[in-house]
Amino acid sequence: MALLEVKDLKVRVEEREILHGLTLTVNEGEVHAIMGPNGSGKSTLSHVIAGKPGYEVTDGQVLFKGEDLLEMEPNERAAKGVFLAFQYPVEIPGVATMNFLRTALNAQRKARGEDEYSTPDFLRKVREVSKSLNIPQDMLKRGVNVGFSGGEKKRNEVLQMALFEPSLCILDEMDSGLDIDALRIAADGVNALRSPERAMVVITHYQRLLNYIVPDVVHVMSKGRVVKSGGKELALELEASGYAQFEAA
Amino acid sequence: MPAVQETVERVKRIDVDQYRYGFETLIESDKAPKGLSEETVKFISEKKNEPAWMLQWRLEAYRRWLTMAEPTWARVDYPKIDFQDLYYYSAPKPKKTITSLDEIDPEILKTYEKLGIPLREVAMLEGVEPKPGEEDPARRKIAVDAVFDSVSVATTFKAELKKAGVIFMPISEAIREHPELVQKYLGSVVPTSDNFYATLNSAVFSDGSFVYVPPGVRCPMELSTYFRINERNTGQFERTLIIADKGSYVSYLEGCTAPQRDENQLHAAVVELVTHEDAEIKYSTVQNWYPGNSEGKGGIYNFVTKRGDCRGNNSKISWTQVETGSAITWKYPSCILRGDNSRGEFYSIAISNGYQQVDSGTKMIHLGKNTSSRIISKGIAAGRSQNTYRGLVTAHRKATGARNFTACDSLLIGDKCGAHTVPYIEAKNSSATFEHEATTSKISEDVLFYCIQRGLTQEEAVGLVVNGFVKDVLQQLPMEFAVEAQKLISISLEGSVG
Repeated sequence: MALLEVKDLKVRVEEREILHGLTLTVNEGEVHAIMGPNGSGKSTLSHVIAGKPGYEVTDGQVLFKGEDLLEMEPNERAAKGVFLAFQYPVEIPGVATMNFLRTALNAQRKARGEDEYSTPDFLRKVREVSKSLNIPQDMLKRGVNVGFSGGEKKRNEVLQMALFEPSLCILDEMDSGLDIDALRIAADGVNALRSPERAMVVITHYQRLLNYIVPDVVHVMSKGRVVKSGGKELALELEASGYAQFEAA
Repeated sequence: MPAVQETVERVKRIDVDQYRYGFETLIESDKAPKGLSEETVKFISEKKNEPAWMLQWRLEAYRRWLTMAEPTWARVDYPKIDFQDLYYYSAPKPKKTITSLDEIDPEILKTYEKLGIPLREVAMLEGVEPKPGEEDPARRKIAVDAVFDSVSVATTFKAELKKAGVIFMPISEAIREHPELVQKYLGSVVPTSDNFYATLNSAVFSDGSFVYVPPGVRCPMELSTYFRINERNTGQFERTLIIADKGSYVSYLEGCTAPQRDENQLHAAVVELVTHEDAEIKYSTVQNWYPGNSEGKGGIYNFVTKRGDCRGNNSKISWTQVETGSAITWKYPSCILRGDNSRGEFYSIAISNGYQQVDSGTKMIHLGKNTSSRIISKGIAAGRSQNTYRGLVTAHRKATGARNFTACDSLLIGDKCGAHTVPYIEAKNSSATFEHEATTSKISEDVLFYCIQRGLTQEEAVGLVVNGFVKDVLQQLPMEFAVEAQKLISISLEGSVG
């Protein structure tokens, strides 16, 4: 079943059109990779799906579980199960990670009409999840991403993904700023979250990440459109021949 | 953790009227004629049944005040105050001497109820001790010397304090009952000639609190006074004097709210603290005077002089303030570090929104040897407000080994407000070590979006980020005040974003 349907999406940023009619369908359980050169509109797509301010949708549709996503506030989208793992996770000084996780999780649960977690239940859950991701408890006591290494920041994103249990995960350039070891750890965390109900959209420049998170479908974006789609072998092909062939098109 | 949750909850419940404490109580009051003259001063002194020396003291201050000019150096802008167009004394008409809470005008009690001040609860809580090894802050006892308009209408817990030898009473009573203490200490930290507003206060102060903690006594409870302006056009001139004798300790909490009105109201309080050898005073304030409406009309003018004197060796004074209200705040709680090894602290959260103007900070005056001070200031400016930190750290020639650490952080919300930091540093002793750190940051769209993407609303996100920003200072407040402060922070920032 289609989880995410992007239909002929046109998006402007300050008078300049970035996406020129992008179409993409992601089904439950699938992992899609979106590859493309700088400026092709990959991050714009992820921001528009998540609802970041500053983007003007001039045409097209984004449906999530059949509902019009563009009509929802970003926090409503989060509660419905849209999760964006940021390329550059922000630092929030003075707000302990544990407190942030609890506040966010309970905000989402409340929005869905579910009971908020009690403190002991929440602690049990967060311990269980962080243990499975090998995240030390000490990290949860520190301010959100404050003084975290690049690897720790990305693991914190994966931890939130595991905790919030979204049905759509968008990973924006997860490999940026990570060395191979950190990348492997983060990718292992993501792979553990693959499930028949959950879809993932992995945005990346490089094929490298896709050695660790193996996609079902690969899309190539160029100049605000999807110009080619194929299986995981398409990524290898790109690695060999580069994006130039699509840039010219 | 739950405290931040509380803020989030609170932001959610905020209704249209931002200033919840904007209501007036209809009660009879007893006013001095409008304007300021020797007659007004005499009227006040007479109303208070004061001894001759007190009247003399006031009159000297009044004559001095006539020769003084309003200070203009602060970064605040307001229409000229007509001091002859104000009332200087107003008191609820006492029907008889009050011996229990039941005898208080029910209107007044209702007002306290609206404010959430647990006057009755306090009585109920009497005798409830926390279990051994478990500090339950909600059950810690608080003594309330409630100030309604200018006169104290109720004092609780007197008996227990008396047992410990602690004197806690309205200063008007202390003038009559403990003249030797009042004469010895009143004006000894903030002299009558100190500054325009302090001098005015000395002439016309109506009431306030007096605390004396005898040698070696640890005050058995937090002392708390709630001030409240009620009468239209009435200047509030509170006078507080706290003395911690050798080796004693006291924690004093002060919180304010005021009813909504159009005309500006002048508030010029004076607080004097004295610590003798090995003594400590912890003074906490949550200030929420009416800040004016969304167009910047009305609101309290708050010109306050607060100063502590660490008179004895190894003594300590700590100021913690959460300033969210007033149209204008002019306030510099300071420490004179006279005794050797004495220590001063200033922890401040100053929030301005709408058209509020805040010029606040501290003075740490190092006189004794090996004195140390610490300043943590968090300024948050939103709306069209201006928020200034102004601080002085000075070491005199004999202050060998003086140390200060200052951190001033400012957070801007939106692009129409301003944050300013004006530190003055003077070291006349070459061994002094002064450190100053300052940051100014804007609450970033990226941070807000990150929080919102995780499920928080815009206001919850602002509440979370701001609470993180002020955490170091909130931790200094006694628990029950920290919760109140969190509420105020979220209420005062309502509508500050998008």
